[in-house]
Amino acid sequence: MNSPIAHTTPSPDQTQIAPQAERPHDLPAPQVSRRRFLISSATTTGGLMLAFHLPFGHEAAAQTAGPVLAPAVPSAGTPEVNAWVVIKPDDTVIIRIARSEMGQGTLTGLAQLVAEELECDWSKVTTEYPTPGQNVARKRVWGNFSTGGSRGIRESQDYVRKGGATARQMLIQAAANEWKVPASECRAESSQVIHVPTGRRVRYGQVASAAAALQPPAEVTLKDPSTWKIAGKPVARLDTADKLNGKQIYGADLTLPGMLNAAIRDCPVFGGKVKAFDTAKVQGMPGVRRVVQVGDSAVAVVADTWWQAKTALDALSITWDEGPNAKVSSETIAATLKAGLDAPEAFVGNESGNAKAALASAARRIEATYSYPHQNHATMEPMNATARWTPQRCEVWTPTQNGEAALAATAAAAGLPVAQCEVYKLHLGGGFGRRGMHDWVPQVVAIAKAMPGTPIKLLWSREEDMLHGRFHPVTQARMTAGLDAQGNLTALHMRLSGQSILAGVAPQNLQNGRDPVAFQGLTTSGDGAFGYTVPNLLVDHAMRNPSTPPGFWRGVNHNQNAIYLECFIDELAHAVGQDPLQYRRKLMSKHPKHLAVLEAAAKGAGWGTPAKPGVFRGMAQHMGFGSYTAAVAEVSVSKEGELKVHRIVAATDPGYAVNPQQIAAQVEGSFAYGLSACLYGECTLKDGRMEQDNFHTYEIMRMAAMPAVETIVMPSGGFWGGVGEPTIAVAAPAVLNAVFAATGKRVRHLPLKHTDLKRA
Amino acid sequence: MPTLNVNGRNLEVQADPSTPLLWVLREQLGLTGTKYGCGIAQCGACTIHLDGAAIRSCVIPLAAVQPGQKIVTIEGLSPDSSHPVQKAWAALDVPQCGYCQSGMIMATVAFLRDKPKPTDADINENITNICRCGTYNRVRAAIHVAAGTKPGKQG
Repeated sequence: MNSPIAHTTPSPDQTQIAPQAERPHDLPAPQVSRRRFLISSATTTGGLMLAFHLPFGHEAAAQTAGPVLAPAVPSAGTPEVNAWVVIKPDDTVIIRIARSEMGQGTLTGLAQLVAEELECDWSKVTTEYPTPGQNVARKRVWGNFSTGGSRGIRESQDYVRKGGATARQMLIQAAANEWKVPASECRAESSQVIHVPTGRRVRYGQVASAAAALQPPAEVTLKDPSTWKIAGKPVARLDTADKLNGKQIYGADLTLPGMLNAAIRDCPVFGGKVKAFDTAKVQGMPGVRRVVQVGDSAVAVVADTWWQAKTALDALSITWDEGPNAKVSSETIAATLKAGLDAPEAFVGNESGNAKAALASAARRIEATYSYPHQNHATMEPMNATARWTPQRCEVWTPTQNGEAALAATAAAAGLPVAQCEVYKLHLGGGFGRRGMHDWVPQVVAIAKAMPGTPIKLLWSREEDMLHGRFHPVTQARMTAGLDAQGNLTALHMRLSGQSILAGVAPQNLQNGRDPVAFQGLTTSGDGAFGYTVPNLLVDHAMRNPSTPPGFWRGVNHNQNAIYLECFIDELAHAVGQDPLQYRRKLMSKHPKHLAVLEAAAKGAGWGTPAKPGVFRGMAQHMGFGSYTAAVAEVSVSKEGELKVHRIVAATDPGYAVNPQQIAAQVEGSFAYGLSACLYGECTLKDGRMEQDNFHTYEIMRMAAMPAVETIVMPSGGFWGGVGEPTIAVAAPAVLNAVFAATGKRVRHLPLKHTDLKRA
Repeated sequence: MPTLNVNGRNLEVQADPSTPLLWVLREQLGLTGTKYGCGIAQCGACTIHLDGAAIRSCVIPLAAVQPGQKIVTIEGLSPDSSHPVQKAWAALDVPQCGYCQSGMIMATVAFLRDKPKPTDADINENITNICRCGTYNRVRAAIHVAAGTKPGKQG
């Protein structure tokens, strides 16, 4: 059970929600509890009090935190051993998960890490989400809720493991106290404490209450990963069962008593405003309750059902003040970016030697220009949230990748202190970065504010979701290489031009105007380090920000940076008549981890041995989000120019592998997501608005185009890398380099569908 | 008031006849396992069975359902997730976010009735639902597990 919606046996304090019409009584009904409990009663329990920077005033909030309305959670009524672990008398272990589960398997992985240190019986493990408001009230005992940048496990592994180890020590101490023996004579195993000299045993459920009353140990020692029994194993996900029978409640599925439904339309031109709308026309339509202007740019219709709201919204005539961006198009954006390729001023991301001078004196220069378009996250579940506002309190139920940011957005929109607001995280029907931004939260709060006390569920239509994405940044790159007389690479200038995500979503994080995130995968060191040694290197960025709102899109700037670099390296290898693997080996001798995954992928794919007739190979490597990745793609292109991606062999070194099965699932998914963008994906602007408004115009990869994916997980230890995103970076360049091998054509401008691969 | 036969029960529904079946199921009957993804029959998240055939319920108006036609949703596929397709999905841990999986499963169940021993080419042609998490290879493998067939050469 990982959401605040319980499907456990209803207890008396749970309120069954009445359906709007008679519901077949043997069908699952969403249940939401109205249980109240005092947050302050839980704050005195040990736990791990970790200091974190909080982007909004948590101290004030903690001081004023009162009763919190929380949905029923499995742990309700059971004292916690510490913030991470609750053990019921029947030995059920409830592990608290702060990060969001959106399909990437983090919930299971984090539970494995806690359970490993806890020494509990894995079959007894369930999970629950603490709320962002509880985290604020408890001085961020659960740390960061943000779930993006493939950080869910790698950034919290240390303190969640300590949480499990601390709870284990407390359980051992409680048993030792009961037996009146030294704790040092006891050990824990499979949810039991054992007194070694006598062989006496006690179940965790029998000592959990006593353990909860103890002071936590000041220090705990974590296990060596080589001794892991639960972590590191390909255990099945904890959240599968309800996804197979319709029971899993996503944000879009939530029902609250008396709830009304809202559909919304924001000005399709970015930066435009509502000029006028004619309410009279829709007021008498079935189910319609209210037409609400939301902010200065959107109009919502509130009705009994969402379908009624949407039908009325479609009938509502709205005139827009399209504002200053009404003439923006993909062509005008491309022209601006192209100018950036030649701009004298640019932010520097990586520099060694003197690339410009070395290029000027090079025996041979090779140059190529690339581009990458806007993409939409297009999560299967459109953006949505439910809100209830009163002058005293505002609550929001929403699928979010960052519950605390959603809480901050709620409080700001509600005009209430954080302590008078709460956010309940619901299961996400996809995230991919989109649900780390919360533009829909102020909308739903504004609508709820117009109807105090009435819960309002706002669901975006697919069209709204497509037109108002937070788009993958649009960029171009000019790659210039200098070779000496022997063909050695002496200089490389990588000029990026285009959109900065930070400038759009967090300008306060720019460094004197410079966006460090623009250089992902291209920096000297860090979690996306450049994998080649080039004597004279310059990577710089001419920031050019169009009117389109940008966002973090699974893989972020690694996506295009890896295409630019890895395809150009392939061009250089070809230019000097060398095998792409041999060529890279020479440049990568000082980057053994980058090279190791490349060698593994190459070996796995049979690089250097003949492929099947008509099949051609391409390769790419990249480091991102702390992990090393590489892939070899096998493709064929028919005479008519039809591309088929047959097989991918992908290697990943994430340092430690918490769940190899889920890593493989993430790698497979990365190829679906990355190749969907590479082959078909683009969001284009005309007259200031997006042209693609649904899946018939924003084409998505389906089953027939999905290649076989063979995943090599090769954790080398000593560091923690992410797994949800890194592999996307190598998906497109490996395929594009294979397309070149098959056709002799360089695809430098994406998506690939615009390039005619027909043989001349 | 129209009556629908859903998961073996006759149920009266109150909705405008133009309301898509998807929204009748979700908002009138509380059967939220059937998902809204696109509203234009592109993604298949809303796939249900109408007299045993897989249909995309987001484009079927309530008025188009004939009296006596039998509707089955993911909630009615089996009482305890014991349908062979559900079991195969569980065995291979197919879902990631899971939002598309009701539709994937319903599409697969109807598909296997027509093609009990599918080839990969059959799967490619018939299972056209969108999954943004990219579970396609596990969906394919689970279809073969459910059918007792072996994955063949792709495409």
